Amino acid sequence: MDFVDTPAEAAFRAEVRAWLGEHLTGEFAALGPGNGPSDETGWEVRVEWEKLLGADHWVGLTWAKEYGGRAANLAEQIIFNEEYTRANAPTRISFFGEGLFAPTLIQFGTDAQKQRFLPKIQRVEELWCQGFSEPNAGSDLANIQTRATLDGDEWVITGQKVWTTLAHRADWCFVVCRTDPDSKSHHGLTYLLCPMDQPGIEVRPLRQMTGSSEFNEVFFDGARTAKENALGPVGEGWKVAMATLGFERGTAFMSSQLAFEGEYAELLEIAQKNGAAEQPALRDELAQRYVGLQVMKYNGMRMLTNLVKRGDVGPEASIGKLFWTTWHRNFGETAMRVLGADALTVQRAQGREYEIDDLHYIFMASRAETIYAGASEIQRNIIGERVLGLPREPR
Amino acid sequence: MNFAFSEEQEELRRTVRQFLEAKSPETEVRRLMETTEGYDPSVWKQMGQELGLQGLAIPEEFGGQGYTFIELGIVLEEMGRVLLCAPYFASAVLAGNAILNAGTDAQKSALLPGIASGDTIAALAFTEPSGKWDAAGITLEAAESGGRYTLSGEKMFVIDGHVADLIVVVARTAGTTGADGISFFTVRGDAEGLTRTSLSTMDMTRKQAKLEFNNVAAEPLGTPGSGWPAFSKTLDQAAVALSNEMMGGAQKVLEMSVEYAKVRVQFGRPIGSFQAIKHKCADMLLEVESGKSAAYYASWAAAEDNDELPVVAALSKAYCSEAYFHATAENIQIHGGIGFTWEHPAHLYFKRAKSSEIYLGDPTYHRELLAQRIGI
Repeated sequence: MDFVDTPAEAAFRAEVRAWLGEHLTGEFAALGPGNGPSDETGWEVRVEWEKLLGADHWVGLTWAKEYGGRAANLAEQIIFNEEYTRANAPTRISFFGEGLFAPTLIQFGTDAQKQRFLPKIQRVEELWCQGFSEPNAGSDLANIQTRATLDGDEWVITGQKVWTTLAHRADWCFVVCRTDPDSKSHHGLTYLLCPMDQPGIEVRPLRQMTGSSEFNEVFFDGARTAKENALGPVGEGWKVAMATLGFERGTAFMSSQLAFEGEYAELLEIAQKNGAAEQPALRDELAQRYVGLQVMKYNGMRMLTNLVKRGDVGPEASIGKLFWTTWHRNFGETAMRVLGADALTVQRAQGREYEIDDLHYIFMASRAETIYAGASEIQRNIIGERVLGLPREPR
Repeated sequence: MNFAFSEEQEELRRTVRQFLEAKSPETEVRRLMETTEGYDPSVWKQMGQELGLQGLAIPEEFGGQGYTFIELGIVLEEMGRVLLCAPYFASAVLAGNAILNAGTDAQKSALLPGIASGDTIAALAFTEPSGKWDAAGITLEAAESGGRYTLSGEKMFVIDGHVADLIVVVARTAGTTGADGISFFTVRGDAEGLTRTSLSTMDMTRKQAKLEFNNVAAEPLGTPGSGWPAFSKTLDQAAVALSNEMMGGAQKVLEMSVEYAKVRVQFGRPIGSFQAIKHKCADMLLEVESGKSAAYYASWAAAEDNDELPVVAALSKAYCSEAYFHATAENIQIHGGIGFTWEHPAHLYFKRAKSSEIYLGDPTYHRELLAQRIGI
């Protein structure tokens, strides 16, 4: 066991810190971490910031240099994420492209596909969204009904996706479609890459309980994409989609713990000022949240060690996802109790249609976290069946 | 960053597991828990002489193996897994660390080699009938006369105090309160004026004694009156050690639950195929793995003896206690009626879990310690 940077890692950390110190200033620094990848506040400035990151090859850090990356190792990626979060830098808008789609593309894509898509993600010239869930394919994701058929050299897509974060901003969508009309469940699906700016696609915002509308419904009505834009073999889209979900449950949120440290520190300060920290039940609750926050960190370090040794996170990623989402939800509730009567009204109005404070936002948005990327119940099924080897339900 | 055991450490685990599976099967646990002594002297001897377990984390200069708290944690985890009935926690962890923390080099040289070899069984007597786990709980005063000390008073919940050859006593100098005046002494188990009474324990696999001191002559260990830092550190180390031990038991009951859920058929299918049972097992795994993360990290902090130890000791004791008890309780529920019988081992773990949760202070107590230590 060893929790200290090697000299090379320490040097890399210093480089990241120096770069952030130099560039994260002015309007970029003012953005702050916001509220997750779907928070649209200051969109244009965030795009500009992200392009700056890309230009210095901090986007696609671990990718090969031919795609604009730095060929960094996993430890360096983690160090970058740590420093980035610690610096209160803006949440990345290219999360879906860089964090979810690109690793899947690197695993399953042809050289031509990688050449076509990776550099544009790296330079933040193309943003992506994720077309998985449908009205009748939520937890039962394999029940996908969006169809795609080949018409000459093009796929023609018809159907509806939902909960599509940032679809209204995205240039491309990775969309799982049923390409074998006679197939059922996870058979006969294909993972297609589809341009968003075309007449066959309509994006309608879905307003959430937080008042914002990062989620969308996406209607495909004869939308078209080139035949070569299938990622992985036709008919085997389920396997590709599962890889994306693995990234979403595993590595993509590894630096969340650091962001939560910041949220906790903020709440603790409030609790100390308003006396909540002296109230025995709340004091114990705050200590419980701290315990969970540290255990999350230790779990993350064990998971990372496994990742470096084995090369993949595996189904244990579900433990991480279940842990952090549950913790964050509990944290949101603790925050409301700590605020007490102050939770009833908004302290810092920001001119939104439905005004809430950051802690309100966490309290509400955390209800989505235990649902997206596989609801907690689905994570428990995965843990039960794939980690513990318990029998599946008869189907 | 590397949060994993080394190959050598994994090898230690395999060796200890093999030994304990042979020497401490459930039949032996049940036989020993019915005895007053509560351990098998021949197995104890083998642990010391063949495997060197009692001296594992004692420095070589004092007759030990010179390994760290990480190795000690591995051994404890394996002992917790089989509910080993032996005075290991009392002697190698509580008393051994107290002597290392409080004693002078000469005292360490005199006392530790016997503990390391297993020839001496030592116990740490600190808690009193008040059941307090902190400095305020220490009220037994040491009377001094011409540089000689005598102890009078009562110690309770002394793990393996009834079989110990050497008792390390935490007392206080006359007229002091709180952290001031905390002092360590050593007393022989058969000292004149010492009455030892075996207690009937809820967890029969771990024995406790009441010790009554009536003008018992005692040797100071370290400097009388300035023992608080050493005592505080001993308690933190004990919390870390117990956290690791608990996770061994927690892993075992998880395995029992999963195995049973795969083979027990009701409504025509294995009960583990029902989400009600599957999700219980999933939650148990999450808590057991998280508890291990905390316990292992705490072992590392204890091995490094760094500033993080007081915080991680409190948080790992709080988390692991709840994870262990929850796992043992769910294990009974998943087993249904059979899990409630005397014949089934589920109750042995359930009782060990609740005792371990309370011993050294319950999760609420440790969260309050944590709150103070991180400045909530």
